[in-house]
Amino acid sequence: MRPEQGTLISRAQAMAALLELLTDQPVIICNGFPSREAHKIADRPTHFYMIGSMGNAPAIALGVALAKPNKQVITFDGDGNVLMGMGTLATVGALKPKNFIHVVFDNEVYGTTGNQPTISNVVPLEKVAKAAGYVNVERVLDRDDLVYEFKAMLKQDGPSMLLIKVNEFVEDAGRVLHDPPEITRRFMKAIQG
Amino acid sequence: MIESDVFVQALQDMGVNFFTGVPDSILGGIIAELMNRRIYTPAVREDEAVGMAAGAYMAGKTPAVLMQNSGLGTSLNTLISLNMIYKQPCILIVSWRGQGGKDAPEHLVMGEVMPQLLETVKIPHRTLTEKTAVEDFRWVAQTFMTQQMPVALFITKGVVKGLHP
Repeated sequence: MRPEQGTLISRAQAMAALLELLTDQPVIICNGFPSREAHKIADRPTHFYMIGSMGNAPAIALGVALAKPNKQVITFDGDGNVLMGMGTLATVGALKPKNFIHVVFDNEVYGTTGNQPTISNVVPLEKVAKAAGYVNVERVLDRDDLVYEFKAMLKQDGPSMLLIKVNEFVEDAGRVLHDPPEITRRFMKAIQG
Repeated sequence: MIESDVFVQALQDMGVNFFTGVPDSILGGIIAELMNRRIYTPAVREDEAVGMAAGAYMAGKTPAVLMQNSGLGTSLNTLISLNMIYKQPCILIVSWRGQGGKDAPEHLVMGEVMPQLLETVKIPHRTLTEKTAVEDFRWVAQTFMTQQMPVALFITKGVVKGLHP
């Protein structure tokens, strides 16, 4: 257990706080428990729940952001995911989409497969993003800070990364019930215009 | 030999309006033309390009991804666990390195197995020739729209004009 573990909030608590601040923005949520938890907390048609293609959440969000420059696009990602698709931090940093917010729930483990450690305990992912060219990056440890920083990012030009240190707790959430083609259809319809 | 600007125009006429990918020498002329027209978004890995294309598709674009066939290996999981199960089409413009066993060693295995590999994962494909180009493009447009899945157009060396004629 990490020294600060006992004081950290869970990913689901952090996610619920963020979803309270969002309305109809497209949110691309990475595979594994994050999609299940988001689906349980608030199932909105503007949510794109991933079940595969680990590491690709920010790439998908980037495609949406480039095609819809007037919509703020958010991706919910994990530390294992960011490490797998780290090249996308460079693509985002180089292209600098103003409407791109990258939220990373960093629990330092591959939670969905049994809590094997990642290497985010020694690799500060928000610093990698900053070096790659993200405009705003913040690392937060508690609910008040994450709400404050996320509100600020919603008002600022990005790209932005909000890295939230969370504990390993997993919400009791079942699989996402919608069929993948249905997730595509309803997401497309919800973000039209 | 097909001119690069004719090739790009044919894709645009088909409605393709989001281009991303990772370069290959065979695709050099096409990518230069896309950059001239300021319609190319470079990716750093082919799976990232396929992911970006999927996002663009869901936001109303018609996407194409350019890559060397080695990139099919890199992007295979994204193609089968994103595009195919979520029914997200994209046009893959894939250069056929290692065709006929005449290329650098790193291209030989993929060059030999590529068509079977795509058949195994059920991605429709076709090889562009100058003679059948109109029909090839029509097939791509039709398959892409009706099947809602990735479709691959293979580009062999010398069919589309490169950077160094």
